[in-house]
Amino acid sequence: MAETRARVSHYLLLWLLLAPALLWLFGLIVMPHLDLALLSFRERVGPGEYAFGLAQYRTFFGEPLYWDVFVRTALISLVATALTLLLAFPIAWTIAKLTRGRLSALLFAVCLIPFWVSETVRTLGWMILLRETGVLPGLLVTLGLTEAPIEMLYHDATILVGLVYTSLLFMVVPLYGSLESLDDSLIEAAYDLGGNGLTVLRTVVIPHALPGITAGCIVVFMLTLGNYLTASLLGGKNSLWFTEQIYTQFITRFNWEQGAAFGFLLLALSSAMVWLGLRLSGQRFSDVMSRT
Amino acid sequence: MVETLDKDLEAKALLKRFGAHTAVDALSFSVKRGSFFSILGPSGCGKTTLLRMIAGFIEPDSGDLDIGGRSMRGVPPNRRPVNMVFQQLALFPMMSVGENVGYGLARRGVPRAERDRKAEAMLERVGLPGSSRKRVDELSGGQRQRVAIARSLVLEPTLLLLDEPLGALDLKLRERMKIELKQLQAAFGTTFVYITHDQSEALVLSDQVAVMNSGRFEQVGTPQQLYYSPATPFVAGFVGANNRIDGRVSALKGDCVDVTTAEGWTVCGQHHGALAAGDAATVFVRPEVAVLGRNVDELALPAEAPVHQGIVESLLFDGANSAVLLRECRTRAEFRVALPQTGRFADLKVDETVLFSFAPDRAVCFAGAARHG
Repeated sequence: MAETRARVSHYLLLWLLLAPALLWLFGLIVMPHLDLALLSFRERVGPGEYAFGLAQYRTFFGEPLYWDVFVRTALISLVATALTLLLAFPIAWTIAKLTRGRLSALLFAVCLIPFWVSETVRTLGWMILLRETGVLPGLLVTLGLTEAPIEMLYHDATILVGLVYTSLLFMVVPLYGSLESLDDSLIEAAYDLGGNGLTVLRTVVIPHALPGITAGCIVVFMLTLGNYLTASLLGGKNSLWFTEQIYTQFITRFNWEQGAAFGFLLLALSSAMVWLGLRLSGQRFSDVMSRT
Repeated sequence: MVETLDKDLEAKALLKRFGAHTAVDALSFSVKRGSFFSILGPSGCGKTTLLRMIAGFIEPDSGDLDIGGRSMRGVPPNRRPVNMVFQQLALFPMMSVGENVGYGLARRGVPRAERDRKAEAMLERVGLPGSSRKRVDELSGGQRQRVAIARSLVLEPTLLLLDEPLGALDLKLRERMKIELKQLQAAFGTTFVYITHDQSEALVLSDQVAVMNSGRFEQVGTPQQLYYSPATPFVAGFVGANNRIDGRVSALKGDCVDVTTAEGWTVCGQHHGALAAGDAATVFVRPEVAVLGRNVDELALPAEAPVHQGIVESLLFDGANSAVLLRECRTRAEFRVALPQTGRFADLKVDETVLFSFAPDRAVCFAGAARHG
């Protein structure tokens, strides 16, 4: 009897402790998504009259602009993820392997400090640097490299720069974790057995760091794919970013059905990319998630 | 010329400093082809630095290193005819056993089929046939050890360096691996350079042992030479068990000297180097050199050997290595005597008074008072 009561109170406690998380999960994530899903399958047949239908999805595939923007967003996000990985790897390597103690902590802080200010301020900072009357074009003129100041904003390259800058920390942290746990003697052993820098990287360092690399890439890809601010501020009106299309549908056109469908397409895309990334790198989702 | 051909490793005034600390102090030595050479020393004596210089991970500040008759100055570790077995073995966990063994061959551009064949053959030679597909973490500690050695030996190096590879194993396995290592070295005929702080490993395994202390070699010799005729007080204290008696020279008698401790106990030993009356001196006596007796006749020693009297402090039973800890009656100085294996003193009791003695020519006496290692 007492045992049963103890068990009941044990479960009660467990559910009570889980309650805030579950409420949050259901109330703020699952419910709105279910609602949006229903919304995306709704079709307007007359004033105030709605029916179930696939019209929103048909519009997406039928209108080349939407489809092109979708593919473009995916491709630029992929490139941004790759660039972030290339840039973050040497940084993480330096912090994890080449420096010790205070210097290593200092380097970490240097990576972190830009995140103390809001993303808006950081992006506006880039605009001050890159706009036609800004710091960098002015400097190029002063140095005599260009005759007149060039507009550096509103290019795809500008969007990439902004995205990589915003994502860098989210790549450095998981990479640092996986490189830090690599035993130095494995690297030495690989050299000792005749490896050179490149083969040691390929055969020992990367296989060891793969869960961290995958984790970082997933996080960065999702962040860039769903990024709104950097793309619209640095890319301007013609940046053709998919989140902008969603924003337009919801806010400008007040077409919630279309916006919901776009949102679900973006969710499908990022899920598919994560699945593909895991398959290609041969990693398990749970292993990778424990690294982020 | 013949002489240099016979050496696989020759160090010439090898020097390495870290800041103000001299890790390896102008060392010169050579290792004969096909021999098992150990470097024995306490932690911090510079043996790891020396090994890493041979492997090429650390550049010496000055001096030169010849391996297989070729100078290794400026040669990176991946181009040296040397391979290393790391302390924690450093097997690649992301690869199978076969891939681990074939790793070096792959780096040399050996085609896959030949690589697999050679790796399998090498695994068979170290007693692990058919395990090339296994994962590294499926192997036991001893098997991993053999894979680590196979991974290096498959490259047929001039020199195999071993950095305390038995340190991570438990005692029983360590004893067995000692024998296996010696057999492997004999079977392959490769020159082994082995570093350890465990004197028993060095004595059991080696043809030659260098005892290292503060960046220098105290003595290089066969295990027997180190044990029976240590050249310095450090070697006498570090290699094997020894009774150490510090005092001053009270009398010179030919080859032997009398040394009297501050408390007034006089012992006799054979001196090394010049000693004069009044000099500080240290006598080392091995526990098995001393004999026990309940009366003078039982000691059965030459008449000139001084007889001492002691009280049994404690009995240290350890099978064949059993010993008794005595205190000299007058001065309370501690002295350890090995118990004879005949079981003659099996009935010895604590607080019993016994006689003990040792032949002066089997005790060594050094000048000065060097600290015990």
